[in-house]
Amino acid sequence: MVARAVLQAPDITRALTRIAHEIVEQSKGADDLVLLGIPTRGVVLARRLHAILAEIAPGAAEVGALDVTMYRDDLSRQPTRAPAPTQIPAAGIDGRTVVLVDDVLYSGRTIRAALDALSDLGRPTAVRLAVLVDRGHRELPIRADFVGKNLPSSTSERINVHLTEIDERDEVTIE
Amino acid sequence: MRHLLSTADLAREEAIVLLDTAEDMADVADREVKKLPTLRGRTVVNLFFEDSTRTRVSFEVAAKRLSADVINFAAKGSSVSKGESLKDTAQTLAAMGADAVVIRHSASGAAQVLAGSGWIDAAVVNAGDGTHEHPTQALLDAFTIRRRLHGAGSRGRDLDGVTVTIVGDVLHSRVARSNLWLLTALGASVRFVAPATLLPIGIGAWPVETLHDLDVAIDDAPDVLMMLRIQTERMHAAFFPNEREYAREWGLDDARLGRLPATTMVMHPGPMNRGLEISSAAADSAASTVLEQVANGVSIRMSVLYHLLAATGEAS
Repeated sequence: MVARAVLQAPDITRALTRIAHEIVEQSKGADDLVLLGIPTRGVVLARRLHAILAEIAPGAAEVGALDVTMYRDDLSRQPTRAPAPTQIPAAGIDGRTVVLVDDVLYSGRTIRAALDALSDLGRPTAVRLAVLVDRGHRELPIRADFVGKNLPSSTSERINVHLTEIDERDEVTIE
Repeated sequence: MRHLLSTADLAREEAIVLLDTAEDMADVADREVKKLPTLRGRTVVNLFFEDSTRTRVSFEVAAKRLSADVINFAAKGSSVSKGESLKDTAQTLAAMGADAVVIRHSASGAAQVLAGSGWIDAAVVNAGDGTHEHPTQALLDAFTIRRRLHGAGSRGRDLDGVTVTIVGDVLHSRVARSNLWLLTALGASVRFVAPATLLPIGIGAWPVETLHDLDVAIDDAPDVLMMLRIQTERMHAAFFPNEREYAREWGLDDARLGRLPATTMVMHPGPMNRGLEISSAAADSAASTVLEQVANGVSIRMSVLYHLLAATGEAS
C-alpha cells in the first residue's frame, strides 16, 4: 500500500507548540516539570517540547529519557531488543510532575511499562502523557493528556513517524 | 543468541550489544530500587562443580536484580558426591523447570556438552570450563577497559587500537583464551607474556604475539596489563622452579609498577595471590581495576542473562 502523509513538518511543529502551551496552562505555569521521552522518537519529541517550553516558560522544565524495554510485557513474544539509555535529571522525579512523551499511542502497553519503570525511580506528584499521534485501539485503561493529532486507524494500517534528528525529515505517514 | 559458551562465537556487533546493554544494567545499581521485573518467573540454576565465590555470587546478584529465581547448586554436598553424572544432574534440573543453567566445571567443554546434549532445554551459560573458556569474565574485562577509556561515552564503542598485554599462566588460563578471542574481535591487539612452559602448544596459530620477557612488554607501555592468577590447583608439574623466581621474572612488583605509564590499567581476574603475580601496591594502586571488574561483572551477567532469556519463554 502507498504511504500517505498525514502530518507534514509545519503540522508537527504546530502540534508540539500547542502541546507545550497546554502543558504550561494545565500545570499553572510550569515550575517543576520533567519531560521524559520514551526511546527512540519520544526522546526527540521530548527535547523539542523542552526547547519550546524554554521559550514560553524559561527554566521551568527539565528533559530526560525513560527506557521501558526491561518493563515490557511482550519481551518473550519478540526477538530480544537492546535497551536504550535512561537519563533522569540529577534532581530526580520525586515530588515533581512528569510528562511522558511518545510518538504514537496505540495499545497503551508501552505507557503501562513506563508507569512501572517510573515507580522504580521515585514518586512523582503527577504523571501526564503527551503523544504526537493517538491512533486508538487501546488494550489498557490509559489515555493521553496532550495529543498532537487523533488519527483513527485500522489495526492493519501502519503509522510511521519520521523525525529530522533520526530520519532526516519531519513527516507522519499512514500505510 | 541461544547459549553463551565461548567468546570465539561472538561477532563484534553481538559483543558490542552485550556491552551496551551492560551499561544500562550498570545504571540500575545506582537507583533506589535496584531491581528490574524483566525475568520474573524465570529460574536460573547456578551449577558449580568447581569452587568459586565471585563468579557464583555475581551471577546470583545479576539474576536476582532481574527478578529471576535463583537456585544454587554446588557439587559438594549434592548427589554429585554420590556419583551422579552430569547427564542425570541436568535431567533433574530440567524436570524442575530451569530456564537457564550457569555451569562451571573443571572439564573443558562441559558447557558445550550440556548445551548440545538435548538433556535439558535451558539456555546454557559457560561460567568457566577447565582451561577452555570463561566468556563472562572476558566480557566484563572488555567492559571495564572500555569504561576506563571512554567513560560515559562508552556506548557503541569498540576497542580499536587498544594494546593489551596478558601476563602469566596462559597454559591453564580460560580467562586468557576468552579475552584473546573477544578483545581481538573488538579490535584490540593482544600480547601474551609467559615462561615458555606456561604457553600452550600450537599457540602460533592464534592471533597473538608471545613474549617471554615482562620487562620488554612493560617498556612498550601497553594500555592494559592483565596479570593472571597462578593456579596452584592446576600446577601438577614443575612449570617454573619456585614461586620466588616466578615473582621475580613475571610478577608485577613495585619497581615494574613504577615504570608503567600512569594511564596503563592493571587488571586481575581474581582471586589474587598478592606478592606472587601481583604486589600489594600494584593491586591497590589507582591503576588497578580489580574492584571495578567485580562491580562490572554483575552488569555484564545481567546483560547476558537478559539477552539469553528475555526472548524465550511461552513463545519458544
